[in-house]
Amino acid sequence: MFLKKILKDDRGGQVFLTILLVVSILVPLSNLLVPEGSTFHLSTYTVTLLGKYLTYALLAIAVDLVWGILGILSLGHGAFFALGGYAMGMYLMRQIGDRGVYGNPELPDFMVFLNWSELPWFWQGFDQFWFAAVMVVLIPGLLAFVFGWLAFRSRVTGVYLSIMTQALTYALMLAFFRNELGFGGNNGLTDFKDILGFSLQSDATRVGLFIASAVALAFGYLSCRAIVQSKLGRVAIAVRDSEDRLRFIGYRVENVKLWIFTFSAILAGIAGALYVPQVAIINPGEFSPLLSIEMVIWVAIGGRSTLYGAVIGAILVNFSKTYFTGAFPEIWLYALGGLFIFATMFLPRGVAGLFKKNEAAQA
Amino acid sequence: MSLKRKLLTSLVSVGVLMASSAYAADDTIKVGVLHSLSGTMAISETTLKDTVLMLIEEQNKKGGLLGKKLEPVVVDPASNWPLFAEKAKELVDKEKVAAVFGCWTSVSRKSVLPVFEESNSILFYPVQYEGEESSKNVFYTGAAPNQQAIPAVDYLMNNSGVKRWVLAGTDYVYPRTTNKILEAYLKSKGVAAEDIMINYTPFGHSDWQSIVSDIKKFGSKGKKTAVVSTINGDANVPFYKELGNQGISAEDIPVIAFSVGEEELSGMDTKPLVGHLAAWNYFMSIDADANSKFITEWHKFTKDDKRVTNDPMEATYIGFNMWVKAVEKAGTTDPTAVQDAIIGISVPNLTGGYAAMMPNHHITKPVIIGEIQDDGQFGTVWETSGLVAGDAWSDYLEGSKDIISDWRAPLSCGSYNVKTAKCSGQNF
Amino acid sequence: MTYITRLFVVMLMVILPFNSSSFANDETPSDFVATLSGLTSSNFKTRTQAIDKLAQSKDKRLAMVINALLNSQLHYRKSDKLIAVLSEKNSKEYAVAVLTGEKLEVIKSSEWKKVIISNSLRTTLRDSLAMIELNDEDADVRKTAVAQVLSQIDVGQLAFLQKRFELEQDDEVKAQLNIAISTLLLKKNEGDTLSLIAKVKDSVNPSVRQVLAEVIENAKDPEIKQLATKTLAKIDQRVSRYAKIETLFFGLSLGSVLVLAAIGLAITFGVMGVINMAHGELIMLGAYTTYVVQLWLPNLIEYSVLIAIPLAFIVSGSVGILIERGIIRFLYGRPLETLLATFGVSLVLQQLVRTIFSPLNRAVETPSWMSGVWQINDALALTLNRLYIIAFALIVFSILLFILKKTTLGLKVRAVSQNRAMARSMGVKANWVDAMTFGLGSGIAGVAGVALSQLTNVGPNLGQAYIIDSFMVVVFGGVGNLWGTLVAGLSLGITNKLLEPWAGAVLAKILVLIFIILFIQKRPNGLFPQKGRAAT
Repeated sequence: MFLKKILKDDRGGQVFLTILLVVSILVPLSNLLVPEGSTFHLSTYTVTLLGKYLTYALLAIAVDLVWGILGILSLGHGAFFALGGYAMGMYLMRQIGDRGVYGNPELPDFMVFLNWSELPWFWQGFDQFWFAAVMVVLIPGLLAFVFGWLAFRSRVTGVYLSIMTQALTYALMLAFFRNELGFGGNNGLTDFKDILGFSLQSDATRVGLFIASAVALAFGYLSCRAIVQSKLGRVAIAVRDSEDRLRFIGYRVENVKLWIFTFSAILAGIAGALYVPQVAIINPGEFSPLLSIEMVIWVAIGGRSTLYGAVIGAILVNFSKTYFTGAFPEIWLYALGGLFIFATMFLPRGVAGLFKKNEAAQA
Repeated sequence: MSLKRKLLTSLVSVGVLMASSAYAADDTIKVGVLHSLSGTMAISETTLKDTVLMLIEEQNKKGGLLGKKLEPVVVDPASNWPLFAEKAKELVDKEKVAAVFGCWTSVSRKSVLPVFEESNSILFYPVQYEGEESSKNVFYTGAAPNQQAIPAVDYLMNNSGVKRWVLAGTDYVYPRTTNKILEAYLKSKGVAAEDIMINYTPFGHSDWQSIVSDIKKFGSKGKKTAVVSTINGDANVPFYKELGNQGISAEDIPVIAFSVGEEELSGMDTKPLVGHLAAWNYFMSIDADANSKFITEWHKFTKDDKRVTNDPMEATYIGFNMWVKAVEKAGTTDPTAVQDAIIGISVPNLTGGYAAMMPNHHITKPVIIGEIQDDGQFGTVWETSGLVAGDAWSDYLEGSKDIISDWRAPLSCGSYNVKTAKCSGQNF
Repeated sequence: MTYITRLFVVMLMVILPFNSSSFANDETPSDFVATLSGLTSSNFKTRTQAIDKLAQSKDKRLAMVINALLNSQLHYRKSDKLIAVLSEKNSKEYAVAVLTGEKLEVIKSSEWKKVIISNSLRTTLRDSLAMIELNDEDADVRKTAVAQVLSQIDVGQLAFLQKRFELEQDDEVKAQLNIAISTLLLKKNEGDTLSLIAKVKDSVNPSVRQVLAEVIENAKDPEIKQLATKTLAKIDQRVSRYAKIETLFFGLSLGSVLVLAAIGLAITFGVMGVINMAHGELIMLGAYTTYVVQLWLPNLIEYSVLIAIPLAFIVSGSVGILIERGIIRFLYGRPLETLLATFGVSLVLQQLVRTIFSPLNRAVETPSWMSGVWQINDALALTLNRLYIIAFALIVFSILLFILKKTTLGLKVRAVSQNRAMARSMGVKANWVDAMTFGLGSGIAGVAGVALSQLTNVGPNLGQAYIIDSFMVVVFGGVGNLWGTLVAGLSLGITNKLLEPWAGAVLAKILVLIFIILFIQKRPNGLFPQKGRAAT
């Protein structure tokens, strides 16, 4: 019933969720049950790759929620993504236990290497999954809340806000590069062994992570959709279209922005947490401002403010990246750059806009 | 729902495409090349990709390997560390390559390590690095800290009478480890703590005014001062430019670098740098038949007789030849057989000697110190009398001095603690 | 071959007998030949010995050999080990055989190998050079020679200095000599310590400080100890004052680089509202233009930077116009979309440079008039190229300000940016103005690239290193305000450098970023917000 209400008038969303459901059933089956060598067998490599795309898709939805619905262009969503990833990485790091190269039961290898004698306070508790899971939500959420509270209250808008979010992720990147900070510096966190007792190397775990990513994506989509359908969502769209008018009518615009921004950061954090066990490394490169810009591009290519368009964009761009870097390693940047230019110039409403036109023609 | 079906079929076909394009023709052996061709590391890594391609071409001219042609598979991990892992997996799982030559930065190596260990395939890593690692699946053909840093410091101490030391590096694991090792080493040689200055800067640091000025002040205390630089790639040009600008010549305060080779110098105006030093295991200027032959072939391959060669290229050359020899010895490209066969294999290096693969997966190398010349080459001023074997676990670090690595049976362990008699950190 | 080295070699021949006790008088020409052949050894130890032995020779040809060694011109032919001096004339290489004086044309430079000398040898040579230069005709040369002797605190040279002091006519050199002699006397603990300390009290030379510190440590007389401590404290005070000036200069210089990098963006982004992510790559193109100029005009290195400035403006400017006409003009009114498209452009431009120039960094030479320092005193020296770049940034800024405020083009630019429709109805060709404005901003970026080529890498990543900082500067200063960009760039540079000594380079940058974030909360439109209608 609830689903029906949320997905009313959302053809794209219905299609997307159906595909997601089919894929998340078919992929595990073809990986685990279909024997290797068969045409229908999917290698674990592909499963992990698809899982990674799904986490990117969730991240793209988070970006679309603030940009497409709320009208804030965030050039710093990579920061929330990476923070969620780091929280998960810290849990995975603690799970290594004494299996690190130095065999220290308490300290991760890089701390032994830096001659640290005890675990810093901010690493306490991360040996528990529930704690790490809470932190995955809490840390990006809190950062977004504080940043948003400051920025929205003092009415920082438009380009200024975008550049500030960029400054935020840039500052975090520089900070995480520092070895003294206690997050492994440039190398970041890596060499993970297992999650919740399951080996990260095994096919079943990979498939499990893939399914978790798919579930998270579905949940993320539905919750964003629910927000859009709610009164909050309609106010948010109003903020996007005319902030001042809304303010004059008497709405507390900053509150609307703050909650949606924070929620979006949490979604990005969850995406990061699912991303890390699948790629097996998290390092400060994820904070890079250029990556955050790329996320916006996914959304733009997919089609802004449709939510499912963000998913299409994220998967399309990342699939082309995977494909191009393998097929045309020397010239793939021309192709990618060309794709960005082409999409902005000729697909102002993104790929989703094409479908919409299609639907309109059919109807 | 025609749209949905269309999407579905395309998605499935994409999946099938990715899964099935892997099957290679049986008459070739695939070799993976995993070097960044775009992004920040392309500056250094593109050359190594070309080197591997050249070596493969030559090997094929000689009739290939085991009667089959070698086929390079080049991918671009784009200086993006998670992408390194993804591309490594693509090479190993999808393309089924027999061995991979690749990586430059430590973080990229750390990122792909689980991939190689999981699928038990082989990576040749051709760059000097910080040590503290020995994987069953990785062969380290670049220098370990004891093959570069310590002989360099010895040279400055004994031949130039240096008493005060500036250890300047980029803030990541290689400089940190090297500087820790050097600090412990210098102190063991009686250098006081106040005569050592350690400084870290971020990647791509471009404004060196304050730091160079500090170095100048540090060096004006009446004792001969030298800078040991582990500054990485891009930050070097502005660093050396600032040295020149502030009038610090190699005679006042010499800088000895571990990451500046011929390739880096080709991007600098070297006239103000004459006399600054570098410690490597190979210089292009070395007089040896193997070297001149290699240089000639390189110029022919790149169709550019101005292209320089450098140390990581030599490491790639050695690694490739070792792999070829090991495959011939084992009679198969099966990774386990090659891993067994390669230990003890010895191939000519480019400086007129031989390099042997040690049981800890590191190789033997001569250590050579050169001074920068005005033509962008190094002039050799010192070299070790014999070969130095790479030490994976430094004797000067608290955590690692009790650890050894030996991949021969029965030990077969990359980090074996001789005190606790325990093997840790292995993923299988 | 400079006048100094030539002179030096002549002098060396004169003083060598006094310096070397082991001088062999019974040298025969064949010994010289034998020693010389040691230079061709591939073993550097043999080579070093040969050079040491050579320095004690008094053969007539020694002058030529040492000269060539110092200028890295001494080579030997690989085939027959013939030693010769290689030199270039009319872009052809010539070799003059050392032993016979025979002149040969070099067909293939790979047939020849250079004789390598080491740092330590160079150091001994240069130290001796200073002793010779103490008697130079030029007072400036004598002054640097005194400084060199003082920096080494070599008490063995005391008698030599004192003799020179008697002869010296120039007041400045005399004063310097006085300080040097007093310092050396203090070091040797000879003469009246109190009056010697009084003599050096105005110097900020590090050697003086070092010797004073030793005096304090060794002094038994409390009076001496007190005076020395007081003098040293005073000197330290002055030195730290100079250090503050130096930090300020570093800040200004970093700031001027930021201003240069950002000022083009202040036009395209600030005035036109285009978020041009390819701005960094336009800077990069400017830097590559400098490289190409040096490549094409190898004989005009001294003027290459000056030639490159207008060329870089044209190159980057036309690429900018291309971008504007080809892409951006379809996106007006959608500023955020310009970000995406230009991001694509930046990827393409980077890869284009990789394809054309290879991914390696390119070497750009610094003209000699731009290198070196302006030595104000022993504690303070300002680097010349930084000074030029500060001046250059200010000039570019003034020209830009002039164009925008005083020319018709500037008037039109401002009109279009304030009210496009109105401007058009007044007969301004808005399209043309857009293209010109974007070209202007891009051209300025190219000019900035010429300046940056003197400081940093010229490679495909050059642009990315500056793009984020540039945006920070423009936003911090207030979008659309040139003065804001100038003030923001300079103040961020200075803040960064003030923080750096105690926070370190990375933390300083992080603190500056946090400062910007908090500052924008306080003033949401930057330092100098636009007023009136244009603000929206």
